[in-house]
Order: sequence, then structure tokens, then C-alpha cells
Amino acid sequence: MTPILDVKNLHVAYSARTGEICPALAGVNFVLGPGEILGVLGESGSGKSTLAASLLQLLPLNGKIQQGEILFEGKDLLRVSPQELRRIRGGRIGLIFQEPSSSLHPSIQVGRQVSDVLAAHESLDRRTLREKTSQLFAAVFPTGAERILRSYPHELSGGQRQRVLIAQAIACGPSLVIADEPTASLDPTTQREILLLFRTLRQKFSLAMIFITHNPSLLADFADRILVLYAGRVAEIGPTAKVLSSPKHPYTEALLQCLPSHLREDQSMRKARLHVIAGDPPDSSLPAKGCLFEPRCTQRMEVCKGSEPPPFTVSELHEVSCFKFAG
Amino acid sequence: MRYLLRRSLHAVFLLLGVSLLTFLFSALAPGNYFDEMRLNPQISPETVAALRAQYQLDRPLPVRYAHWLNAVAHGQMGFSFAYNSPVAPLLWARARNTLLLTVTATLLAWLLALPLGVWSAAGFGRAPDRVVSWTTATLLVIPDLVLALGLLIIAVRTGWFPTGGLTSVGFDELSPLSKLRDLAWHMTLPVIALVLAALPTLVRHVRASVAEVLEAPFLRAALGHGLPHSKLLYVYALRAAANPLISLFGFSVGTLLSGSLLVEVVMSWPGLGPFLLEAILARDLYVVIGGVLLSMIFLVAGNLFSDVLLYWADPRIRTAASAK
Amino acid sequence: MQPLLRVENLVKHYAAGRSAGSRDKLVALDGVSLSIAPQSTLALIGESGSGKSTLALCIACLEHPTSGSIWFEGIDVAALHENQQRKIRPQIQLVFQDPARSLNPRWTALEVASEPLIVRKDTSNQERENKALELLDCVAIPRRLASQRADELSGGQKQRLAIARALALEPKLIVLDEALSALDCSVQAQISNLLLELQSSFGLTYLFITHDFAMAAHVADQIAVMDRGRIVESGPAENILRSPSHEVTRSLFAATLPITETPGVGLEL
Repeated sequence: MTPILDVKNLHVAYSARTGEICPALAGVNFVLGPGEILGVLGESGSGKSTLAASLLQLLPLNGKIQQGEILFEGKDLLRVSPQELRRIRGGRIGLIFQEPSSSLHPSIQVGRQVSDVLAAHESLDRRTLREKTSQLFAAVFPTGAERILRSYPHELSGGQRQRVLIAQAIACGPSLVIADEPTASLDPTTQREILLLFRTLRQKFSLAMIFITHNPSLLADFADRILVLYAGRVAEIGPTAKVLSSPKHPYTEALLQCLPSHLREDQSMRKARLHVIAGDPPDSSLPAKGCLFEPRCTQRMEVCKGSEPPPFTVSELHEVSCFKFAG
Repeated sequence: MRYLLRRSLHAVFLLLGVSLLTFLFSALAPGNYFDEMRLNPQISPETVAALRAQYQLDRPLPVRYAHWLNAVAHGQMGFSFAYNSPVAPLLWARARNTLLLTVTATLLAWLLALPLGVWSAAGFGRAPDRVVSWTTATLLVIPDLVLALGLLIIAVRTGWFPTGGLTSVGFDELSPLSKLRDLAWHMTLPVIALVLAALPTLVRHVRASVAEVLEAPFLRAALGHGLPHSKLLYVYALRAAANPLISLFGFSVGTLLSGSLLVEVVMSWPGLGPFLLEAILARDLYVVIGGVLLSMIFLVAGNLFSDVLLYWADPRIRTAASAK
Repeated sequence: MQPLLRVENLVKHYAAGRSAGSRDKLVALDGVSLSIAPQSTLALIGESGSGKSTLALCIACLEHPTSGSIWFEGIDVAALHENQQRKIRPQIQLVFQDPARSLNPRWTALEVASEPLIVRKDTSNQERENKALELLDCVAIPRRLASQRADELSGGQKQRLAIARALALEPKLIVLDEALSALDCSVQAQISNLLLELQSSFGLTYLFITHDFAMAAHVADQIAVMDRGRIVESGPAENILRSPSHEVTRSLFAATLPITETPGVGLEL
């Protein structure tokens, strides 16, 4: 099956105000099949938001894609014409940014903001535009769709704004949706509803999705595969169940151990110290030597200081960038 | 609606307060119109006294104010000593001339400032922006007086434009079209002076507001949805940048009567400015008060206008106002 | 043992109508009662709109309740005058969710930590600085960061700084309003450990407000669940976790599970 997205050797860096170059992503490779949900797990500074932005070349002014290929449906997104890129943005790839409160225009009705996306990619007459917009709202809002259509962003709750962003992303029937922390500022029950909405949309429209988050528990039974990002590099990528239940990379292992033990487990662990990852994430302005997780790794070896580990295959579809699995 | 009523009530109180203050200050300032007369040996003290009584200058202050207020309520604004006629028609004729200049200049300045500011903000840090920044900075530094005088010198040296006045001699004999052309010819230099004085501030404000909005997440999100460039800039960006600009516009409207004094004096334009100046020097009490009141009305109306526009343009203000 | 904090029938209304004298009101708290034993942790769990932040503000004496009482060490702080309240306030400190917004980004870490000490007029500059450095040590902020501007610190470090600031006046009760929610998972673990350490070192009492059931279950001795301005269930943590009875508690609990374990909840398209 041809992958819908094939990212090869992506390198992205930012130039700081002092002029130095800080790499944000270094050699990111992954493949996404049609209708597949890939969860990208990363903490602050891992480069996850940079990944989302660079796929559609929406980096801020001081960001630059240094090398790599982003093949979407066979075309390299880094080499298409500006008109083609505009057509793909919103038309073939939908994007859901972080922070629903600031991703919507404050003085334009949300219905208008969704129909603007439709109008940008399809030439429809006014009536069809209005009908299609109503349909979209009915799809994401179980009740009150018509009223919400005419509201302004500040009149809606966080969960409602998030649904509007989802409506914007799926408006033109894209084959891929990139969601950057779509549930970060929401309540648990609302988070759940949004996840269920995504799942239903995936089933109905065979939508492929890249779901970026820092919370591993959101990806359980939701994502098909998980990509763990650390300091701009892929630490581990594999089927969700495998990665969450028996993580191979020391970072993934340590991260999952940090979570407070699940409620149904041993009650005597309450108020005990939680497992932490020693040290701090690496400073991206310093040159990288060897494995970037090595200073904090409890399983480090001599070879880890010398060079960066390439991905090693541990089982079908499961790769880990760690020297523990060399050979 | 209640929001507007409250604002209007505010405005009325403000006007009353200002009129009282103006009255007080003018009346308390040393000297009055008739002092000059008293110095004149040809006029007897009795005549002076009689004139003073006629103009009620010997009555106590509150009484005079009450009378004046009453007159204003009837649409009259008192009596001018110098011109020996009611104040209102005098003021109105002059105000009309001023408005002719300022309305043209304000419209022109805004029509130029908006695209220049947007263009400059879109090319932030690059060539178009630098050119605009430098030009506006230079214009800001040059005092208005120097600008006006400079233009006047051009007029004198080249003879392309008249050096002052509203109309040429023999205006009344011209055909309507020629009258218009003559007026326009006389207006050109003062309007240019006013536009050059106002433009830099406006452009900088537009540029700053739009540049700030261009960094906003919602604009990046709209770009990510593939919206065309023109829509992003002129609909999404400008609308979001509108708030401070609307307030600024209200201020422009507010200074329609009061902002052109310097230019009018330098270019001998028969507007409200020079007229008021004369009246102040001559202690022509009611003209001064009337003029100030008129300017205040415009200022307050300008503010009210921008409040209304803001209310209409920004839904968040509507929500906040109705929650009070 | 007398509870450190006892809230009795707390009610808080906000005016929400179109004019000042209108009858429409927003009921944020609708008769809330709870108590916290000294040196223990009460986790208050609820969703947004349940009133938990309003409760935090009332307890910290930053909002006046409409009615009800707040007994702190036997004194009804809600009924006190402003002057008397000011004496009690240092003993109840607040840590907010978003450290980026609760710290002045232009101040250095040292300045932020020493700011509350300015209230104590009897200390010299040097004493304040020493105390501030001690506070930074308590929260494991390396001394070399003391002169860094607050906006240059990482999320976890900023939140540690907020905790250091809260400790400055040696409070008895710290109200943590979603203090961990904005942090990464590994950082949450670090801060949670820090809080537990500080509790045993300084004998602190915590009111831990959150919507994260798992974290609440980890840190709390007692749990109270809030919904629409009321406490719907409360009791010792083990009891609530073993058998949650109220439907709100149960739905919040269910929200922590992976989504296939939820029976048949979905949206019809």
C-alpha cells in the first residue's frame, strides 16, 4: 500500500536572536499509511510542534527547513509551487493548531470562518456554501449547531471552539489531518468526547491522522502507532500496544514510569515518590555528541557517548534508536 | 442601545462642564473688550458704561452664564462686540471654511495611510517597510510650521499656487465649474500641509497594528487552511487590527475643527482658527466661548462616533457592554 | 483534632444580568462545606465551571463570599475586616496553573522569590536575599539560575519558582489551583515529589485542586468531588477510589480510562 505521507531525513532549525542556529528536528523519518492514526509523543522541547508546522511550511520567520523530503501522495511538499501548496493546505491536508482560544479570529463569526475555508478551495455558490457549512457543523456539534454557527469565538467554551477547529480542518474532505495538542486545555470528559469524535471521523472518512500530544494516556487504544520524539530525534516508533506496554527505548520506559500508578493498582503506592527522569532536556544550542538521552539514561553504555544511535528494528513495524538493540 | 444612551448623556454633561469652565476663565481673565475703549479719550466714560450695561458686563457671573445657557438653548450663541452681530452665523461661516480643508485632508490622509501601513507591515523589515519608516520619521521630525512655511515658499517662488486666501478676486463672476477649480486651486497647499502633518502618525499606527496582528496564531491558522493572501491581509488582518485604528479615527474626526489653526494662520485661510485668535486677543467673550464650544462638540462627537464604530465592529465589546 | 480549614455552607453569586440591579446571577458556589486536617492533603476534583477556582479564591481571601463561613484555625476569615484579613493572608498562599502568567517575566528568579518578603518591613535587603536563596534551594532551583529572568526558565522551573514564592511567608495552607495541569508528564512527577517533600519538611497542608483523577489519587489523603457549585461526594481517598458512588465521580473516573473501555459512548454522524 502506498503511504500517504513519507517523511525522509527532515532537519529543521531556528535561528536565535543572537544568531546561533538551534536545531529543532534532526533526521526525522516516518511513514503514514492511508486511514492510519499516528500518535506523536513528545514533551516540551522535543520538536513536536515544529514537526506539525514544518509539514505544511508554516514555521515562524526564524525557522528553516534545512534538508529532507516530505512526500505527500507522491509529491514532495518542499518542492511544490506556492499555488499548489496553498491548494494542499486546508484542501488535502487539514491542520488543527494548539490553543483553540487563539486560533480563531476574534471578530468573525465561526460559521464564516469555516465557510471561508470551503470557499478558498471550492468554487461554490452562496447557497451551497451555506448548506455545506451547516452540514459540517451538524457533524461536529450534536446539538445547537445553527446557533453556534452564528456565534463569535469568545461566546463559546473551550470544547466548542475545538470542535470549530475540527470543522475547519475536515471541511474540504482532506485525506490527512494534523492535530497539534488538540485536547491540551480541555476537561477530561470533553477530551474524551473529542477523541471519540476523531475516531468516528476516521471511520467515516478514512482519514489519516497525526495526533501530537505530551500525554501518553490519550494515545492508548486511539492511535495505531506511536512515534516517540526526544530532542528532535525519533527515539522509538511502533504499534501503540507494544510501545505502551513494553517500551524499548530507555526514554519511553522512563516516561511511562512517571505517570501516577493507575487508580486500580496498588493503593500502598499512594503518596510515594513518583519515578522521575533525572536531569533536564538537552540545550539545543549546544552541539550534539553521541546519544542525546545518554546523560539522563540509566542504561547507558560507552558507545552511547560517541555517536548517535541509528534506528534498529526490534520487531515488525517497531524501531528503536538505541544501541541496546544494535545487532 | 442603552450603551449609546449612556455615552450620549455623558457627552452632554461634558459639554456643560466645558462651557462653564470656558465662561469662567474668559470672564476671569484680566481685561475686557471695553478696556481699549476706555483708553480712547474720544469716547466718554458714560458711553462706555452704557455699552457695558447694554452688553450686561456689569451683571454678576452666574447671571450672565444663566442667560447665555438660555440663549444657547434657543440656538443663539450670544453677541459679538467686535463685529456687532450675533455670534452663531459668524462662527458658522468660518467653521464651514475650516471643515472644507480638514474634511478633505483627513479623508486623503486616511486613504493614503491604510494601504501604506498595510503594505509596510506586510513587508516588515524589508525594503518597502524601511522606505516608509524613514519617510514617516523624517516628516514627524519636521515641525508643522516649517512644513507650512516651506510650502508657502514654493508657492511664492514658483507662482503655481496662490499664496493665501480662499478665493481669487472676481470669484463671483466665474462659472460654477471655474468657481470649483478656483477653490480647489486655493485649497491645494493647505490640504497638502495638513496631510503631510497627519500622515506619518497614521501610517505608523496602521503599520504597528497590522504588524502585531500578522504574528497572531489565528492568522497562521488561516494561512494553514489555505486562505488566499489577499483575504488574509485585507479581511482577516485588517479587521483584527481595527480596534486601535477606529479609536484613532474618532480622534481624527474630533480634531476636524481644532487641528488646523496653524496652517490656516500661515496660509491666510479664512477659517475658524484665525477668527478665534482675533477674538481672544480682543476679549470678544461670546465669540471665544462659542468657538470653544463648537470645537468641543466636534471632539465629543468624534469620541462618540468611535465608540459606536467600536461597538459595531468588535463583538467582544458588545458582549462586555451588555453584561454590565 | 481541630481541622486547619473548615468551610461551612459557602455561597458565592456573581451578577450576570444586563444591568447592575438585575436579578440574573451566576451561582458559582451553592453551599459548599468541607474541612482539611492539618498537614494533610485534600484533593478537590471537578471540571471547569464546577466552581473550584472560585472556592480557591474565597479561601485565599481574594474574593468575598456572598454568605457562609471559612474557619481558619478557629477564626472566621470571611467575616473579618480587610485589615484583619491582611494579617491572616500570609498563612494561606495560592499557586496558579499557568506560571507564565502568574510570574512577572521581567524579574529575575531571586526577585520573584524575595518579593513577598518586602511585606516584612523589619528585614534588611541582605536578609531578604539570603532567605530568597534558601527558598530557591528548597525547591531545587540551582543557584546559577537565580539571576535569570523568569521568562527564560522552563515550565517546570517556573512552577518551582511559584512554589518558592508561596513558601516565602511560611504559610500553613497552600492552595494549588491546577498547579500541575500545564506541565509535561515527567515534570509533573518531579513537582509532585517536591510538594510531598515540602509537606513533610514544613508541615504544610494542601488543598490540591485538579481535574486529573489519577494525580489526585496519588497525592491525596481525602478527596472531594465538585459539580456545579456543590460538593457531591467526599471522604477518605481509598474509599472514593475503591467505590465511587456519585455519577459525577464515576464519569470523571471513567475519563481516565482508555476510550474503548467506555461502553457505547459515541457521536452519531
